[in-house]
Amino acid sequence: MNKDILVVIEHIRGEVADISYMMIAAARQLAETTEGEVLAVLMGSGVENLAGNLAADKVIYFEDPQLADFTSSTYQQTLEILISEVNPRAVILGHTSIGMEVASLLSAKSDLPLVSTCLSFSGENGLIKFTSQLYGGKILAEGLIPEPIALLTMVPGGYKPEDGQSSTPPLVTTAAPPQFTDLQISIKQYIEPETGDVDITLQPLLIAVGRGIQLEDNIEIAEELAEAIGGVVCASRPVVDQGWLPTSRLVGKSGYRVKPKVYLALGISGAPEHTEGIAGSETIIAINTDPAAPIFNIAKYGVVEDIFDLVPLLTEKIEES
Amino acid sequence: MNIVVLAKLVPDLVEELEIDDSGIALDMTWLRLIINELDDHAIEEAILLKERTGANVTVLAPDIEGVDDILFTAAAKGADRLIKIVGDYESGVNNLGLARVLTPVIKDLQPDLILAGVEAHEDLDGSIGPLLAGYLDLPFIGYVASIELEEGKATATKEYPGGLSAEMEVALPVVLGIQVADEPPRYVAVSKVRQAMKTAEIEELEAGDFDLSGGPTIDRMYQPEVGESATIIDGSLDDIADSLIGIFKELGVQ
Amino acid sequence: MPIRETFWNIPHWAEIAQYLVGLLTILIFSYGVIRRVRRWLQGRPQRRIDRIGSRLWSVVVQAVGQARTLQDIYPGIMHLTIFWGMIALLIGTILATVDWDVAHLLFNVQFLTSWVYVSYELILDIFGVFLLIGLGMAIYRRYIIRPDRLANMPGIGFKRDDAYVLIMLGLIGITGYLVEGLRIAVAQPDWAPWSPVGNAIGNAFIAFGDPSNRFLHYALWIIHILIAFVALASIPYTKFWHLIAGPVNIFFRSLEPAGKMSAPTSEEEPGVKEWRDFSWKQLLDFESCTRCGRCQDVCPAHASGFSLSPRDIMIKLDTFIWQPTNGRNMLGDTISADELWACTSCQACVDICPVFNDQLSSIIDMRRYLVLEGDIDPQLQDALANLGRYGNSFGKSERMRAKWTKPIQPKIKDARRDEVEYLWFVGDYASYHTSMTDKTLMMAKVFQSAGLDFGILYDGERNSGNDVRRVGEEGLFDMLAEKNLVTFSKSTFKTIVTSDPHSFNTLKNEYSENGNDHYSVLHYSQLFDQMITSGQLNVARKLGYKVTYHDPCYLGRYNGEYDAPRRVMSALGCELVEMPRNKENTFCCGAGGGRIWMEDPPEVAERPAEMRVKEAASLSGVSILVVACPKDLVMFQDAVKTADLEGKLVVKDLIELIVEATEMNLSETEEQN
Repeated sequence: MNKDILVVIEHIRGEVADISYMMIAAARQLAETTEGEVLAVLMGSGVENLAGNLAADKVIYFEDPQLADFTSSTYQQTLEILISEVNPRAVILGHTSIGMEVASLLSAKSDLPLVSTCLSFSGENGLIKFTSQLYGGKILAEGLIPEPIALLTMVPGGYKPEDGQSSTPPLVTTAAPPQFTDLQISIKQYIEPETGDVDITLQPLLIAVGRGIQLEDNIEIAEELAEAIGGVVCASRPVVDQGWLPTSRLVGKSGYRVKPKVYLALGISGAPEHTEGIAGSETIIAINTDPAAPIFNIAKYGVVEDIFDLVPLLTEKIEES
Repeated sequence: MNIVVLAKLVPDLVEELEIDDSGIALDMTWLRLIINELDDHAIEEAILLKERTGANVTVLAPDIEGVDDILFTAAAKGADRLIKIVGDYESGVNNLGLARVLTPVIKDLQPDLILAGVEAHEDLDGSIGPLLAGYLDLPFIGYVASIELEEGKATATKEYPGGLSAEMEVALPVVLGIQVADEPPRYVAVSKVRQAMKTAEIEELEAGDFDLSGGPTIDRMYQPEVGESATIIDGSLDDIADSLIGIFKELGVQ
Repeated sequence: MPIRETFWNIPHWAEIAQYLVGLLTILIFSYGVIRRVRRWLQGRPQRRIDRIGSRLWSVVVQAVGQARTLQDIYPGIMHLTIFWGMIALLIGTILATVDWDVAHLLFNVQFLTSWVYVSYELILDIFGVFLLIGLGMAIYRRYIIRPDRLANMPGIGFKRDDAYVLIMLGLIGITGYLVEGLRIAVAQPDWAPWSPVGNAIGNAFIAFGDPSNRFLHYALWIIHILIAFVALASIPYTKFWHLIAGPVNIFFRSLEPAGKMSAPTSEEEPGVKEWRDFSWKQLLDFESCTRCGRCQDVCPAHASGFSLSPRDIMIKLDTFIWQPTNGRNMLGDTISADELWACTSCQACVDICPVFNDQLSSIIDMRRYLVLEGDIDPQLQDALANLGRYGNSFGKSERMRAKWTKPIQPKIKDARRDEVEYLWFVGDYASYHTSMTDKTLMMAKVFQSAGLDFGILYDGERNSGNDVRRVGEEGLFDMLAEKNLVTFSKSTFKTIVTSDPHSFNTLKNEYSENGNDHYSVLHYSQLFDQMITSGQLNVARKLGYKVTYHDPCYLGRYNGEYDAPRRVMSALGCELVEMPRNKENTFCCGAGGGRIWMEDPPEVAERPAEMRVKEAASLSGVSILVVACPKDLVMFQDAVKTADLEGKLVVKDLIELIVEATEMNLSETEEQN
């Protein structure tokens, strides 16, 4: 019976993504049920130091120049071999622009069952239950993770990154990846994010607008509040895709991950794409007309009101005081 | 140059979702099915590529209620060929099952480029794009925001978190998961769609029996408790505003 | 006995030469006319020959009587005097020709004799003076006052063309007088005083020189005749063309209600890309345009700094049709998409045009093409996509359409199930917009407490499509209308009532086209007017407010309803102070024609709504602007903020006044807020 839990560590440009620590935290919980070990897999070139604070029992580090940049093929081929050698109970990957595609490729190529968008897990009597976020977080689905080996992709929200960190460095084994075959993808260059605007990752107070803002003109009400209270306006994907705010203000999976003291979400439903970017916020306050909006699940304070009624009033009151 | 785009219909999240009596599926009575937003971007990207390179665009979609609409709309935008995969979707078909059925179909079409939305909000067993890439033994790049085509290769811009993106070169054929098209999906006038209904033809291909094995099984589906963790502030607008200001002060941001 | 001595002092060869030149003039003129007409006929077909009587009457009133031209006083009088001066002189010349070449030549009789002749001379002399006064006014206005609408033209050549007309008419008038004066000076007939101007000039000739200078008379006569013939021959080639195109255009004008827009002229290719895609009548519009610029003056988009001027649309299209294109496209190079999207479809340009051009129909036909091409503002694109998918522009579920009814007890009837007298067509803004729903609740409460038998369609209602149609998305309009009509046909009601003038317009004027007109349509102001008159609605308290009122384009200008809302306000005890621009001259809030779904370009200095609220705020003692349209409420409430008039001006929906005056208990409603 397989027991160990593999966690595929995500890192980009020398930094471990928060989701990796959350995955370790989840793996720790699973390993208790399966009575196995948490094995972190780190792939890259010259990034051994990234393993330092992972709360894993063991880190398997694949060092290879061809792993320096992420491509789905190299990751998939490395993991395919590793999985067949380790026979883990589960492999956890981020439901991200790295983990998601690797997991799906592996599922097809190695014929392994995959459960995506997992929010949390629970184990009883050796069985592991997944809770997965579907339909933009509006629905949760539960089921047992398939036997014997399951691939799991995880969204943030269920675990805290600090639970996946440890001050004692884990045991790191360096390994060589397999001989890669049929590599078709090569990196030409990285394109840096636009700069020159404010750096939203450094702001203590962010006021975020989402689809609920409806019209470009309405962003004004958020700008006015931001000006009154001294915050910065940021947005979820639909707003930026419309070109209403620059990419430098985009929060979420495809945007920035922010860590403000207070994140005030205006008319944001809380789809996983977005919440992935705000998991590091200290306090999330959400205002939304839809009481079932998933944003309320991660918010500390919630207000079920129309932003167009409440926000101008709030601005007015702040200006008065 | 042959481009195949996969499109599928998903529940419209504008509607309130409800769980049916079985407790493990959505109640479809009231649901509106719309094209997966990212698939719409994939179609747009394909049409943009067609406009730039003269490629031939085939749109492929499972035959779910409303599929004719999205196929004719694609034709009105400029798609050359429309194919729907007819089969029994009644009891639910997962991405694995769909990918297995699509694999031989796509092989027959001999595409140079296969595009799909990088994900759909109903995916529970992975995303259709990379699953297909796996079955077809083709490379995959996801979260693509821009594509350039050259002889025998493509350059795709993949988005990473934090506004970073990477330009990746890949030999054709390749499967690309589209995050966003170079331009927002265009508007198609209703009269153009109606015209496409008269002129365009939808080919039908039989799916046969779906092999759904390997996908997870759902035991329970539910709507998350409202604000499980959140303290809901209510009262008059005035009171709410005052409470919020209080919280801001307490947290030291005002 | 006074008698008209035609061709006095004119040698016989000159008389004959005159007829030869006349013949040449007719040839040149005819060629020009045929050339023009052939150009029109290249346009798409459009039926405009019904109701001949009304059409002729229209020509009498508007071309002969100059009714619309006169609405603008100075230019109106100016034009009237020139027009009638020239017409009288033309009639005089025709009479003289008939007198001499028909009566005298063939029957050896003349009718321009004795008192007939002296009255003839007197009348012509007076009308000649009118002509010169009119021309003087025109010169003063065009070259000294120089109003913007005349000073700036899109392209060169137009000013020369304008000046040409003034010079030619002036020369005809002046040389005519000189010839007459010289003849009088030499012949000195007894009846000379009957031509006061000619006589005065004759006396001047006698005083200053040789009265017997027959050569001078002869030379002047030739000049006079030549100028007159040149002017005649040039009619189809110069601005003079409006003399013919104008009345013809008035004859062929649309006699449909303003609110009923023409469907695309071609089903296969709706919309206009090339000039030949316009209908022949639209091509005639461009040719009839006199570049007077009245439309530009009343255009809210132009006033706000948008690139649109309806006058320029007409001028540019006319130029494009006649000049070599040099590879320039009509759409894009000559007419920009921005111009077309700036239009609010307020109808002001159409209603003011002295030659009855329909600038709006051309703008919308070109929009129709842009929509087909997908060349539209991203916000508008979203709105249209939402309208297609959800039946409302907000992108909300139709199941949420009647969410505002939740606090209402007893529940409002569902007209699809229960028979009702009034079907309340709520509309998108009143159903979904957050600053509107409390007004919508008020309306429901007022209806309920007045015991009105009414119902709504709940999730069965769709956007009426009025503005969708004006955006140019005809297919979507058809789709929305079809859906609403199916729902109507499943419901039992007598009258539709709506607070939205846009819905009111299309339901009233355009839905009937699709074969469903067994109901009548009322605007809520009309219904309240009836309810107050009949006593069904009891005004408990006279409000005593001093208010002003904004006429919504689609209620007023489009459908002529100006009085009902005014009667309601008066019955509620409000004193109405009119804004300078009221009733027919109302100034659009800027939301119509789909503009409410579009982004304003940066060059917009002051939005129409801001200008309008300032106009309202400038009235002394008025602090309430009453509106009777949900879009107006939204637009003006916003404009009051941006124009910094908060505290000075409050925008109120008519329903708010009704609630106050009837002292309705809205406590339940208020709790909800």
